[in-house]
Amino acid sequence: MAAMVQNGGRLETAAPAAIELRGISKAFGSVQANRDIDLRVERGTIHGIIGENGAGKSTLMSILYGFYKPDAGQILVGGRPLTITDSQTAIRAGIGMVFQHFKLVQNFTVLENIILGAEDGRLLRPSLSKARGVLRQLAKDYELNVDPDEVVENLSVGHQQRVEILKALYRQADILILDEPTGVLTPAEADHLFRILEGLRAEGKTIILITHKLREIMEITDTVSVMRRGEMVASVRTAETSPEQLAELMVGRKVLLNVQKAPAAPGQPVLEIRNLRMVDATGVERLRGIDLDIRAGEILGIAGVSGNGQTQLLEILGGYPEKGSTVTGEVRVNGTPLPLSGSACNAAERRRQNIGHIPEDRQVEGLIMDFAAWENVAFGYHDAPEYGRGALMDRDAIRRDAEGKIQRFDVRPPSCDLAARNFSGGNQQKIVVAREIERNPDLLLIGQPTRGVDIGAIEFIHKRIVELRDAGKAILLVSVELDEIMSLSDRIAVMFDGRIMGERLPGATTTGELGLLMAGVDAASTPQTQDLSREV
Amino acid sequence: MTRMPKWADVILTPLISLVLAMAISALVILAIGESPTVALTTMIDGALGSSYGWGFTLYYATNFIFTGLAVMVAYHASLFNIGGEGQAAMGGLGVALVLLSLPLPHWALALPVAMIGAALFGAAWALIPAWLQAKRGSHIVITTIMFNFIAAAALNYVLVNLMRPVGSMDPASARFPDATHLPKLSDMALALGFEWGKNTPVNISFFVAVIACVLVWLLIWRSRLGFEIRAFGKSEPAALYAGINPVRITVIAMLISGGLAGLMAINNVMGEAERLVLNAVEGAGFIGIAVALMGRNHPVGVFLAALLFGFLYQGGGELALWTSIPRELIVVIQALVILFTGALDNMVRMPLERMFLAMRKKGA
Ligand SMILES: Nc1ncnc2c1ncn2[C@@H]1O[C@H](COP(=O)(O)OP(=O)(O)O)[C@@H](O)[C@H]1O
Ligand SMILES: [Mg+2]
Repeated sequence: MAAMVQNGGRLETAAPAAIELRGISKAFGSVQANRDIDLRVERGTIHGIIGENGAGKSTLMSILYGFYKPDAGQILVGGRPLTITDSQTAIRAGIGMVFQHFKLVQNFTVLENIILGAEDGRLLRPSLSKARGVLRQLAKDYELNVDPDEVVENLSVGHQQRVEILKALYRQADILILDEPTGVLTPAEADHLFRILEGLRAEGKTIILITHKLREIMEITDTVSVMRRGEMVASVRTAETSPEQLAELMVGRKVLLNVQKAPAAPGQPVLEIRNLRMVDATGVERLRGIDLDIRAGEILGIAGVSGNGQTQLLEILGGYPEKGSTVTGEVRVNGTPLPLSGSACNAAERRRQNIGHIPEDRQVEGLIMDFAAWENVAFGYHDAPEYGRGALMDRDAIRRDAEGKIQRFDVRPPSCDLAARNFSGGNQQKIVVAREIERNPDLLLIGQPTRGVDIGAIEFIHKRIVELRDAGKAILLVSVELDEIMSLSDRIAVMFDGRIMGERLPGATTTGELGLLMAGVDAASTPQTQDLSREV
Repeated sequence: MTRMPKWADVILTPLISLVLAMAISALVILAIGESPTVALTTMIDGALGSSYGWGFTLYYATNFIFTGLAVMVAYHASLFNIGGEGQAAMGGLGVALVLLSLPLPHWALALPVAMIGAALFGAAWALIPAWLQAKRGSHIVITTIMFNFIAAAALNYVLVNLMRPVGSMDPASARFPDATHLPKLSDMALALGFEWGKNTPVNISFFVAVIACVLVWLLIWRSRLGFEIRAFGKSEPAALYAGINPVRITVIAMLISGGLAGLMAINNVMGEAERLVLNAVEGAGFIGIAVALMGRNHPVGVFLAALLFGFLYQGGGELALWTSIPRELIVVIQALVILFTGALDNMVRMPLERMFLAMRKKGA
């Protein structure tokens, strides 16, 4: 294979690092995304780059791939200085990249996507048949199986990612960069990806894996570099470090990785869901008979790959089922049935029933991005008597309240007047969490509480959620992060294809078992799981 | 990250746009062989050089304040109400019907009653487009434009066939009773012992317009309803999450918007013509769009922009009277101002933003 010839050709420079960056800096306007970065990636290793959101990881890799021009600094590939002006240069230097957001043509086949831009000559047919052969070989070598003739839009996310990897390998990439590759995968898919990466390493390829998940770093990398606020703060051998140390390096202070919580003391049932079904406007059944109970003082975690009905469940409970959908079944909160359709089914009414809601997408739903922080603190509760008299709002009262919340939740910068858009993701989320939790709801609906939130803020938000539970409130927690579900929940229900696949206790299950359930495989028998919910 | 200081956003940008529009207007005037300086001094003299000029400038401005506020309120709910023209026309019908059918002994009583009539008719005319938008998703821009045409045709019919006094050749209603005539500002000045704006149409409605600015400000920035309108205008999914009913807000915002446009009729129909004539709105509904745009959808901005357009209207009329610059050119000048302050806003704003960013970087 051509790739091997290339490898052979470079053997004389085997000693130098596969990639070396020296003093790379890059600013976007006033944001210094990368500052004087040095990085050395050894040949034939899996090198992790970890850092919080906005630390500058994607920027650094985009520079390496020729997407951005660095303001300063030097890139060496295989020991030789190289000016990477565009991605073609990077590809010729043997660098391949799998982006955070795939760049595939959705209505092309796998094969067409793979040769796109790498066609030999003017005729498509020879390229296609050559690609088919190469693809078969790659699939065999690295467990990279995808049907070459399938149209990309019909592929699962995991398979689309394989196509991206194949694309890079087809271009004879020697160094493969993956930017947050597991964000969109089920645990099983992530495991499979890691096996592929290990296979590639065994073949002598170099892999740069970007992530903000500590577990993945510990699991698969040989070396890890930590970025914080645009700077490279450390590079260490993975075997010689620990998650705690990495977290501290990422955040710049000590972080408690595991949620500290006492066993739950569940009381009366607060939320009772019976045979909840939802058919959306296009006639697709998105919820297929959900039964759930949550008691006071209990956190029920709902695990699942996103898109399996969690959003619909939260929206219905939150009082705003999708337009044009039909909802049937029964939902009771503190014994009172909730209206599931009609004009009484709205979010304001739900709040009056003392149901709080931290929505899945804070930027689209939870906040008005152009509103000031203080206005967002009143958002959803703007009718509350303490926020005004009659038709007018009492700005002073709201601002006083907002200042308190901002202080107690350590929102930074502590400014009432700053628009929500100008806070970082973690601080935006703190505004939403403060608003919903401090209302002291009987039932709190939570969707993806820490998506795109930095570790420091995650720790804080988790603590507040547990405090609310300890105050005897019922909490429904939806998250695609299994770690989060495992560490926060008192009971775990797994959702797949609009159904609850089963319930487990966090102490009595493994991520492996949950992963299977998330993929729709029911290993254990169902009667046992039903008993569980009653016992707890 | 705020890109530039607020004063630059609200004052500098429109000012530069205005200067650019004037510069191009000057070129056009030069091109037809006239003197731009003479044109400018004629306009300023005619519109602001005497209390007579001011009387007309403020009269036009009153119209534009109402229609500008109308566009502004809808805009905050992310609704583009282009139907001010039709809503104001219908407001006129409301005023005429009220004043001709009720025996109102004094203007002080007639004014509030006429205001109710004007607002109700304007609001009613906005209701159907609002409902269609909220319930069926029919785009409000399209429906409000269509309703402008329907309003014009309907008024035509009503004036010619129903309201025209027997024997009159004019497609207009009967004159309103003398007792309901609104005091002109010139009358009020006389009562205070000095002469101001003799024979000009500006009347007490101007003060109503100023009060409307204050009330709209209260509504949008101080009331719970305004909070809901703004939140809905920024993000419909967020509004749903917060329990804000999109149908309700769409309808209410459009009712208020239509009501404000309709209120213009107390100025032009009740205050000036003192009867309902064909085509009484004369494009003020459309000018309202430019006024709201240029006024950055804030009542203070709307007030100032309305003054500017009042000046352009009055000054333009003077230009046609005293120079050989053709009337059409005045429309061109007004259009240039709209183009630069409204449509081409970003053309000025973006370089300014870049400039401020560069300045800040240097400072840092
Ligand atoms: N194209 C861009 N324009 C402006 N700012 C950017 C751009 N790309 C990234 N940034 C900013 O640079 C910083 C680093 O971003 P990024 O490299 O995406 O971080 P990470 O991938 O580590 O989450 C962030 O503050 C981000 O807002
Ligand atoms: Mg990134």
